[in-house]
Amino acid sequence: MKNLEIKKISELLSEFPFLSAFFNDNGLEIEGKEELTLPEYFAALDEDEIEDRAIDVDNLMFQIGEFIEQMIAFLGKDEDIVKTVTILQGTDKSGNKEDFEKLEIHQGEIISIVGPTGSGKSRLLGDIEWVAQNDTPTSRKILINNDIPDKKWRFSSSDKLVAQLSQNMNFVMDLSVFEFVELHAESRLVENKEIIIKRIIDKANDLAGEKFSPDTPITSLSGGQSRALMIADTAILSKSPIILIDEIENAGIDRKRALKLLISEDKIVLMATHDPILALMGNKRIVIKNGGIHKIIETTDQEREILNELEKLDKTLSAYRTKLRSGEIIEKIS
Amino acid sequence: MNLVTVSGPPSSGKTSVILKTIDSLKKRGFKVAVAKFDCLYTDDDILYEKAGIPVKKGLSGALCPDHYFVSNVEEITKWGVDNKFDILISESAGLCNRCSPYIKGIKAVCVIDNLSGINTPKKIGPMLKSADIVVITKGDIVSQAEREVFASRVNTVNPAAAIMHINGLTGQGSFELSTLLYDESLNIETLKGKELRFPMPAALCSYCLGETRIGESYQMGNVRKMKMED
Ligand SMILES: Nc1nc2c(ncn2[C@@H]2O[C@H](COP(=O)(O)OP(=O)(O)OP(=O)(O)O)[C@@H](O)[C@H]2O)c(=O)[nH]1
Ligand SMILES: Nc1ncnc2c1ncn2[C@@H]1O[C@H](COP(=O)(O)OP(=O)(O)O)[C@@H](O)[C@H]1O
Ligand SMILES: [Mg+2]
Ligand SMILES: [Mg+2]
Ligand SMILES: [Zn+2]
Ligand SMILES: [Zn+2]
Repeated sequence: MKNLEIKKISELLSEFPFLSAFFNDNGLEIEGKEELTLPEYFAALDEDEIEDRAIDVDNLMFQIGEFIEQMIAFLGKDEDIVKTVTILQGTDKSGNKEDFEKLEIHQGEIISIVGPTGSGKSRLLGDIEWVAQNDTPTSRKILINNDIPDKKWRFSSSDKLVAQLSQNMNFVMDLSVFEFVELHAESRLVENKEIIIKRIIDKANDLAGEKFSPDTPITSLSGGQSRALMIADTAILSKSPIILIDEIENAGIDRKRALKLLISEDKIVLMATHDPILALMGNKRIVIKNGGIHKIIETTDQEREILNELEKLDKTLSAYRTKLRSGEIIEKIS
Repeated sequence: MNLVTVSGPPSSGKTSVILKTIDSLKKRGFKVAVAKFDCLYTDDDILYEKAGIPVKKGLSGALCPDHYFVSNVEEITKWGVDNKFDILISESAGLCNRCSPYIKGIKAVCVIDNLSGINTPKKIGPMLKSADIVVITKGDIVSQAEREVFASRVNTVNPAAAIMHINGLTGQGSFELSTLLYDESLNIETLKGKELRFPMPAALCSYCLGETRIGESYQMGNVRKMKMED
């Protein structure tokens, strides 16, 4: 960024519009000072101001350069598509080799992960997120698109491999549904923001049992509605190619459609769950034992039939629940 | 010895992250100790002791904890060197958004949490802006969107930092942090001659020195007045 020091702020802003967020978030007021260069701008701040606001001029010049480079990289690249993630054999807690050599997971696949508490489910997910290169306790290696992955997956704030959804998550911001999705869209610098926001809210309403409007405060959504919005937003706006699901509640949301939405957005879905309805929706399931991958089971036709049965049972159960909630006398549902 | 300074707002998860990270460091055979700095009160030393980690505690009382930290860090370093620790981690509460305990050439980690609100990164000064590693905690209880927005705000105020997400309760992510803390080529014997990354405010008014009476005639030293124009 050689020209950083000689260009006027107005020129920098028209070349790099995203810099206005940088100036704003760093508390640098530039209004009326657009015709100065950055060094002139910093030189014009008085000493008290520099001290009061803890402005570190050298560091800021460096950070601005860094920020511009990151943003150019971020905006310029065609989203580098993650088509496959490959797990290569490591060792279990006793140091023995795992019972598989290589597992290739493809875009659009749903993989369940099962095993008792402490068996190593979180570690496996951690290995994927950190794109382990024989440098974690399991000695596993992770490949992306059959290649040694780029370092950026570890440290960049905009290129995270894994996005997460779990039933412990809540909204904490004081915003309406629309404002919330808008904020996320803006931080992702998407074009055609309005269309994307509408699509997310429509999809979320599609998944939620009870509908909600764009001006509902996010903190007053029900559990199912919150989860539906989180899933729709993550499917459509999150850049992470892998979605990690740590159980999702069974009320107020259509989980099958939620998974379909994620896959239709070309995500890879990993689920740590012991709920048979969720687990059997996967194409495969990984069985973890003593820290190692013990088995990889493809969901069988018979299991799919059982899943059908379970879904029927589940519908009956929730029909009874609805009746109970609305104060009816419970009669046999056939 | 390696020295690592960890700082962050109150209750952001510093102790939780340090404890989990030390678990991983110990597994690699490192001898790790902690120096905890706070203002009025802390129980963190008990938590560290329980985990079998040697700990020293300092309370700054009426002083800014970061000022107190710099005045004592040399002694703490000597304690670490004398005891032949491989890694000494300092935990200090960032109570004063204006100061930071970071030293040039010493690894600086800032811990902040997702619950603190998306405008927090803007408000925290050098403690966040000049850290090498920013750890974001409590991602387990907020939505993916909020995590992404929060991380991008952190990135805007400190684009050069490595940003890591750690769950302080389960320790997920702490192994990864542990791999970034030890640098074989570094050996700190003393901090003499080292410099702070960012100067602490010079502010010293009569109230800093114990004055309690209100009124112009009692105000001495570095006094600044609000603008009251209408
Ligand atoms: N849900 C959740 N809670 C966390 C996480 N990290 C820390 N906590 C909780 O947050 C609270 C504060 O954590 P501490 O580790 O004591 O925070 P601290 O920054 O050391 O606090 P002080 O030293 O008192 O400033 C504790 O109750 C932790 O259990 C996290 O990632 N998720
Ligand atoms: N293959 C392995 N080798 C060594 N340690 C392991 C291995 N797999 C898991 N661990 C460790 O075992 C502990 C429990 O694993 P975790 O992933 O938290 O289990 P779960 O999520 O299934 O409850 C963690 O400390 C983890 O680092
Ligand atoms: Mg787990
Ligand atoms: Mg603490
Ligand atoms: Zn201070
Ligand atoms: Zn004072």
